[in-house]
Amino acid sequence: MSSLAVRKTAPAAGTTPGTAQGPPLRRRIALVPTLALLLGAIYCLLPVAWVLIAATKSGSELFSTFTFFPGTGFADNLSDLSAYRDGVYWKWMGNSALYAGVGALLSTAVSAISGYALAIYRFKGRETVFNVLMAGVLMPPVILAIPQYLLLAKADLADTYWAVLLPLILSPYGVYLSRIYAAAAVPSDVVEAGRMDGASEWRIFTRVALPMMVPGLVTVFLFQFVAVWNNFLLPYIMLSDDEKFPITLGLFTLLEQGSNTPALYTLVITGALLAVIPLIALFLVIQRFWSLDLLSGAVKS
Amino acid sequence: MPSITRHRRFVATAVAVTLGATTLAACGGSDDDSEAQSGPAKLTYWTWTPGMDKVVDLWNKGPGKEQQITVTVKKQASGDTLVTKILTAHKAGKGPDLVQAEYQALPTLVSNDAVADIAGEAGDAKSKFAEGVWQQTTLGSDAVYAIPQDIGPMMFYYREDLFKKYDLTVPTTWDEFAETARKLKKADADVDLTTFSANDSGLFAGLAQQAGAKWWTTEGQKWKVGIDDAATQKVADFWGGLVEDGAIDNQPMYTPAWNKALNTGKQIAWVSAVWAPGTLTTAAPDTAGKWKMAPLPQWSKSEDVTGSWGGSSTAVTTDSKNKGAAAKFAAWLNTDPDALTALAKEGGIYPAATTAQTSDAFAEPPAFFSNQTDFYATASKIATTTAPSAWGPNVNVAYTTFKDAFGAAAKNKSDFGAALKTMQDTTVADMKKQGFEVAE
Repeated sequence: MSSLAVRKTAPAAGTTPGTAQGPPLRRRIALVPTLALLLGAIYCLLPVAWVLIAATKSGSELFSTFTFFPGTGFADNLSDLSAYRDGVYWKWMGNSALYAGVGALLSTAVSAISGYALAIYRFKGRETVFNVLMAGVLMPPVILAIPQYLLLAKADLADTYWAVLLPLILSPYGVYLSRIYAAAAVPSDVVEAGRMDGASEWRIFTRVALPMMVPGLVTVFLFQFVAVWNNFLLPYIMLSDDEKFPITLGLFTLLEQGSNTPALYTLVITGALLAVIPLIALFLVIQRFWSLDLLSGAVKS
Repeated sequence: MPSITRHRRFVATAVAVTLGATTLAACGGSDDDSEAQSGPAKLTYWTWTPGMDKVVDLWNKGPGKEQQITVTVKKQASGDTLVTKILTAHKAGKGPDLVQAEYQALPTLVSNDAVADIAGEAGDAKSKFAEGVWQQTTLGSDAVYAIPQDIGPMMFYYREDLFKKYDLTVPTTWDEFAETARKLKKADADVDLTTFSANDSGLFAGLAQQAGAKWWTTEGQKWKVGIDDAATQKVADFWGGLVEDGAIDNQPMYTPAWNKALNTGKQIAWVSAVWAPGTLTTAAPDTAGKWKMAPLPQWSKSEDVTGSWGGSSTAVTTDSKNKGAAAKFAAWLNTDPDALTALAKEGGIYPAATTAQTSDAFAEPPAFFSNQTDFYATASKIATTTAPSAWGPNVNVAYTTFKDAFGAAAKNKSDFGAALKTMQDTTVADMKKQGFEVAE
């Protein structure tokens, strides 16, 4: 119904390009969406701009000068942050990179192999497994943090790097995405062809299917990386040694030091700004892998 | 998150039963430890005090080395979340040996059987502390659940220069306080004496404590909740009246707007505690040397009493395998002169130990109050007038309800009495849900 309606009205707008009234009309149509997008952009970017500018302010400028007027203390903030408790900030940064990097990599590997299996093989209980995973997607990870802690504490793994890494490896959402992507990107004809040529199942997966799944897996990796980087509750419950803290937890302890000493707002703001940079860099670098769709032309249909 | 604090290994029906049970458990525990003490002990300590690692180094290199007790600091974030974390760790039996705990959190930790009775090992420390301070760690029993570390006696802070400018005198009673607020409002409608903020429940609890409120008491085998008592009602009505009249501001504290108001002289006084200089240093950096501290206004001319806002203690957990060693360290940390000097220097704490309050570490006023040379002499005098406090097992619930109910009441300038009633009812309902018997 609606598509019909669109098609009916489309020519009216579509025939105008090139005519004299064309361009102004198109501009008028685009005005509302553009405004909405602009508003959205401002909404998203304003806090970033605030952090960026606030990080340049010294302690005495932070609350006394105009909010969006840059200050003079950025270099001092940076060196103070690096000097804080013998550079523990950079240790937190390293920990975050470890949790997010290794965690996302392992989780992507598990997602790829299980998603592929669920998409390609037909076996008893496949739908049950998939439905359980779907339920897992709907379950917020926050709910699981405390049971996971109690389990890992039983295994004597609490307060170790493993305590944060292990619960991250199985990501229901990652498996779900991988299955959907594998079903769409890896045609069963290609798998059949591999079998005819005598390749083992493992070989078909690693050499044929995996390259086809790369764009989907990049998405899974990025999702997981960002989720782990921003994760707070799981490491908060799991870790007590601040040398193992990720950046989120580190900044929290930096902020909550009790009321006896002056609050370290400038350090926290500068720390928050620096913590965003790796994420932006990762997105810029990894973006190009998304356009690897050329491989999907292996079968004519 | 909060739900996990409500689970307990055994449902406590009354405080006496709970306290009795934990005392027994703890005694049993410490008997076993007398053997463990002979060997070397490695202890972990959860604390949020800045620079605590340096203070602990003094122990590890000095008395700790002699007694073969090594302590490792694991720095944590302060606040209610830490209590939840301690209880979660305790559930798994993986708690640290020592924890820093705010006084109002101790009953929660005790009723969950998370902290041990160390009366046997550290009971002697009692003489070093004021009666009202020590009582917070015993919960009115014979047990000792923690050693007091720092305290937050409440005081009145004001801008000396602006008080002179507006021709105001420092209020000594709350009636004078209200008059001062109204007089200032008349002199300059843009300036407020102070604000009523509902985002830190400790402030209101301290004010009620000064007025003589006892929020949690025990009556035989039952808890009695007195949040809605006459003393607290008096405090709530007083502040509610000021907010309703517009005599003071109703915006929350600790926001950038609040910082700005303090820094630019739009708010010229703050009812706070001994740690205020630290907060003012970041909030109002341009006003250094312009503030002064005075005792809190009183409810009647003849009284001399203050409340407390903040402060914490060092407790030994029931999970610790070396309770004796941990108690020894806790006692040293909070009573040894060297340790207390280091705590003051590195952590900026105001010590609970009475003699330390007048030690050399507190000879000079805080840098922000360089104009008030007798700052710490006055502070230690005020500290002795601290009213006893009465905390219960679900302070967190009462505090959260306070923030919501009073936050809304302050914003809408509506009846504070109704908000207090909500706080009382919610707290009682939660205690019943937790399985405590509550006397009506």
